[in-house]
Amino acid sequence: MIEIRIHGRGGQGNVVAAYLLATAAIDEGRFGQAFPAFGAERRGAPVVAFVRIAERKLHRHNQVLHPAFLVIQDEALLHVPGVLDGLKPGGRVLVNSSHNSELLSEQYGQQFFALPADSLSKEYLGRPLPNTALLAAFLTLTEVLPTEALNKALRDRFRGTLLDNNLRLVQEVATRVPAGIWEDSFHATGT
Amino acid sequence: MTDTDDKALLKQLRVEQPRFQGIVSGHRACLGCGEALATRLVVEACGPDIMIANATGCLEIFTTPWPESAWRVPWLHSLFENTGAIAAGMEAALKAQGKSTKVLAFAGDGGTFDIGFQALSGMLERGHDVLYVCFDNEAYMNTGIQRSGSTPHAAMTTTSPPGKVRMGKRHLKKDIISIVAAHHIPYAATASVAYPSDIRQKVRRAMAIEGPTFLVIHSPCPLGWGHDGSLSIEVARLAVTSGLMPLIELERGELTGAMPIRTPHPVSDYLKLQKRFAHLFADDPKAREELVHLQALADYNIEKFALHSLGDDPQDTDGADTVTRGGMRYA
Amino acid sequence: MPQALEGSQAIARTVALCRPQVVAAYPITPQTHIVENIAKLVADGKLDCEYVSVESEFSAASVVLGAAAAGSRAYTASASQGILLMSEVLYNIAGMRIPMVMTCANRAISAPLSIWNDQQDSMSVRDAGWIQLYCADNQEAVDTTIQAYRIAERTELPVMVCVDGFTLTHTLEPIELPGQDEVDSFLPPYAFARALDPARPLSMGTLVSPDHYPEARHSHHHALLKAQQEIIDADLDWAGVSGRGYGGLLRIDGGDTAEIGILTLGSVMGTLRDARSEHPGRDAVKLIQLRSFRPFPIEALQQACQGLKHLVVLERALSPGAGGIVGSEVRAAMSELRDAPMIHNYAIGLGGRDVPLDLYQTVLDMVASGGINRFSILDADLEKLPPEDR
Repeated sequence: MIEIRIHGRGGQGNVVAAYLLATAAIDEGRFGQAFPAFGAERRGAPVVAFVRIAERKLHRHNQVLHPAFLVIQDEALLHVPGVLDGLKPGGRVLVNSSHNSELLSEQYGQQFFALPADSLSKEYLGRPLPNTALLAAFLTLTEVLPTEALNKALRDRFRGTLLDNNLRLVQEVATRVPAGIWEDSFHATGT
Repeated sequence: MTDTDDKALLKQLRVEQPRFQGIVSGHRACLGCGEALATRLVVEACGPDIMIANATGCLEIFTTPWPESAWRVPWLHSLFENTGAIAAGMEAALKAQGKSTKVLAFAGDGGTFDIGFQALSGMLERGHDVLYVCFDNEAYMNTGIQRSGSTPHAAMTTTSPPGKVRMGKRHLKKDIISIVAAHHIPYAATASVAYPSDIRQKVRRAMAIEGPTFLVIHSPCPLGWGHDGSLSIEVARLAVTSGLMPLIELERGELTGAMPIRTPHPVSDYLKLQKRFAHLFADDPKAREELVHLQALADYNIEKFALHSLGDDPQDTDGADTVTRGGMRYA
Repeated sequence: MPQALEGSQAIARTVALCRPQVVAAYPITPQTHIVENIAKLVADGKLDCEYVSVESEFSAASVVLGAAAAGSRAYTASASQGILLMSEVLYNIAGMRIPMVMTCANRAISAPLSIWNDQQDSMSVRDAGWIQLYCADNQEAVDTTIQAYRIAERTELPVMVCVDGFTLTHTLEPIELPGQDEVDSFLPPYAFARALDPARPLSMGTLVSPDHYPEARHSHHHALLKAQQEIIDADLDWAGVSGRGYGGLLRIDGGDTAEIGILTLGSVMGTLRDARSEHPGRDAVKLIQLRSFRPFPIEALQQACQGLKHLVVLERALSPGAGGIVGSEVRAAMSELRDAPMIHNYAIGLGGRDVPLDLYQTVLDMVASGGINRFSILDADLEKLPPEDR
C-alpha cells in the first residue's frame, strides 16, 4: 500500500486530483481510495486530500498521517506549518515550482522534485491549474500506474477541448519528467 | 318537454339524488361551528375525487376520534405546521402515478398565518397543484382561544386579554391574502361561511385551475368569539357587510373581483354581538379610540376595494345572501 | 468490474436503481452531493421521478410523508441540524407506519458548530421509531440502501440508512453497483396497503384517546422487534443476488477464542478491521459491527458476546450527563448474561476528529491496564481545557 497526501488551495482541483489518482488505480484493477480533509474553507484557503493505492481491499477510513509522497500544488504552502509533517523516511515531495529540485531538497531536508506545473498548465489549459500536470509527473516518476490509466480517468471526468488539452498536457509532462526515478522509494516506503 | 316539466324534474332530482358529502354528520364540532359548516360546503363542491391533508386543529380533532371518522374522502393529518408540504408530497406522488385526483390542504388560521406559513409559501412557490383552504376563526381555538397572527386588532383572547393598560390584541390582523397573492399564484380568494353559494363558486373555480390556489374562509367560533351558536351566520355576515372582512378574488396577484356591500353596517353592529370585543364598549377613552380605529380599518377596506354596491346587484351581499335555486348562482 | 465512485455518487445511483417516484430534499453539508447527484440523474432523464426542492428539512420529510402515504416510493436525505429540524416529522412518519428510506449523512450537532462527522444526529432521533442501519463503508451503504427499501415496505416502517458524513460520503472507493435487473428482481414495485385512494377512502393520523394509545405504541414497538427477521432476510436474500452480505443485524470478525470484544457502528469498524488483521494477537479479539441500532438486537448481541471477558463499546455520540448511548444499551443487554463481560465505553471521533489506525492498540492497552471505564471521550485532550472543566 502507498499513501499520498495532496496539498493545495481551494479552487486548485485538489479533491479532483485525489479522485483522479484513485480512479486511475481502480481502473487498473487495484484498490484506490481518495478523500478530502474537508474544511469549511473557501477558495484560496489551504486544503488537503488523501489517496491510498493498494493491491487488496482496504477497510480503513482514517486520515493519512505518514504519507510516502507529498504532492504540493502551490509552493507557497511549503511555508505553512505542518505541510511536510509525517512524511515517511525516504519519502518524496513533488511540488509545483519553477525552482531547482536540488536546491529545494537541500533547503527542506527532503527529496524534492519540482515541476513548473503552473506554466505548463497555462500553456496547455489556458490557466494555472496544476493538478493534471502534477499527477502525470507523479505517475511518471513512480511508475506506480501507467499514465494511460490517468488518461482514462480524465476521459471519465472531462469532455471536449478540456479533455484534449489535459491529455496533451499529460503527454508533455511524461516526456519532460524522468521515468521511474522514484520507483525505489515507493517500494522502500510501501508497507 | 315544457319549462314546467323541466323545473319539476330538477326539483325531483335534487330531492332524490343525495348531494355528495365528503364529511358526514356525527362529528364532534361545537354547536354553530363555522369551520364545520365551511368544511362541508367546500368538500361538497369538490366532489369525491380528492385527497385532503389536514393540519392539527379543531377540524382534525372533532372529525377523527379513533376509531371513528367523519371523512368519506381520503384524508391525512400529519402535524400542525407542515400541511402545505404534506399536500405537496401527495400532489407529487399523484403526478408521478399519472393520476388526476385533486389535493386539498385544510388548516386553521394558526396553521396558515403562523406556524405553517413557511410550508405554505414553499408549496405556492413551487407551483403544486393544490387547493389550500384556510378556515379562519381568528385565534388558536383548539388549545383554548389564544391569540394568533389572524386575531383582529383589539380582540380579546386568553393571551391578549384586555386589562387596565391593554385593549386586547395590540397588533393588526395579518394580511394573509396579500401575502399569498404576492406568490403570483393563479387564484386566491377570501370567502365567508355566511355566503355558501359564493364559497361553492370559488371552490369550483379553484378546482378547475391546475396550480396552487388559495381560499381563506372566515368562520365564526361561537366559543372563542363569545356569541350564541345560533348567531354564527349573522356574525359572519356582519363581518362582511361592515367591511372588516372584504370578499375578494385575486388572479396572479391582481385583484379581479370583490363582493359589493349593499348596505354597509357600522363595525359596532358586528363587534357588539361578540364577547371578545365587549371591552370596547366600556366607558373608557381607550375603548372609544379602538372603536374608531376598527371603523377606520373597515372604511379603508370599503374604499380600497370599492365595496359600495350600486344597488340591487344580484352579486352583492344582499343578492348573494339570497339562495336562488336554479338562478344564476345555482347552488 | 468495480467503478471508482464517490460515496455520495454511489448512493445516489443506488437510490435511482430503487426507482423512487418522489424525492424531496433540502441541502445540508455533507448530504449535498447525494441529492445533487439525484437531481442530475433526473435532469438527464435517467431517473423518472418527481424531485421536489423544498424550503426546509421539515418540509422535505413532510413531502416524502405525503408522497409515500399517497402511494409513491419516496426518498430523502439529510444530516445534523436537518435531522433535528425534521425530527417532529420523523416521529410522525414512523408512528403512522409509513414506509420510506432516508440517508443520514452523519454529522455532528451544533453548538459548537461542526460540519464534520459523528453520529449525534441520528442517535438523537433513535426513539423516533425508525429502523436505523449503520454502514461501515460505501459498498455496504449501496447494498443497505437497496435492502432498506425492501425492509421498509415489508414492515411498513421507515428506514434510516446512516452513512458517516465526509468519511464515507466524500470518499471515492471501488464500488460494485448492481444492475437494474438485479435490483428489480429483489425489490418489487412499491405497494402500500393503506395508500390514500379516493376509491377506498381512509383517514390517517387521527386523534387517539387513552383508550387506544398504549396499544398503538405496543404495536409500533412490536413491529420494530419483528423487523429484526426482515433485516436478516433482506441481507441474506440480497447476498443471494449480489454475492455480498453483511451479517444481518451484526457483523462479526473473529471467533469463539476471543476474550475481548470491540463493538462499534459505522466507518470506524473498517479502520478497526484493518488494524486487527495487521495485529499479531488478532484471535484474542472479536470485532462486532452493530449494523442495526434500531431495532436493538439484544439476543443477537448476547449471543455474540457469550464468553467475552471484556467488551469495549466505541461510539461517535454521547448523551451529555449520562454517557455513552450505545454503551448504556449494550450494558443493559449484557446484564442479562450470567458471565457478562466487563464493559468499557468510549466516545471517539466526535465532530470529525480523525479515528486513527492505532485506536485499536490504544483500546487493547486500556483494557490490559485493568480497571473499568464507565464512559469517557477517549480522544479528548483535556490539556486544552481550563482545569475546572477537565
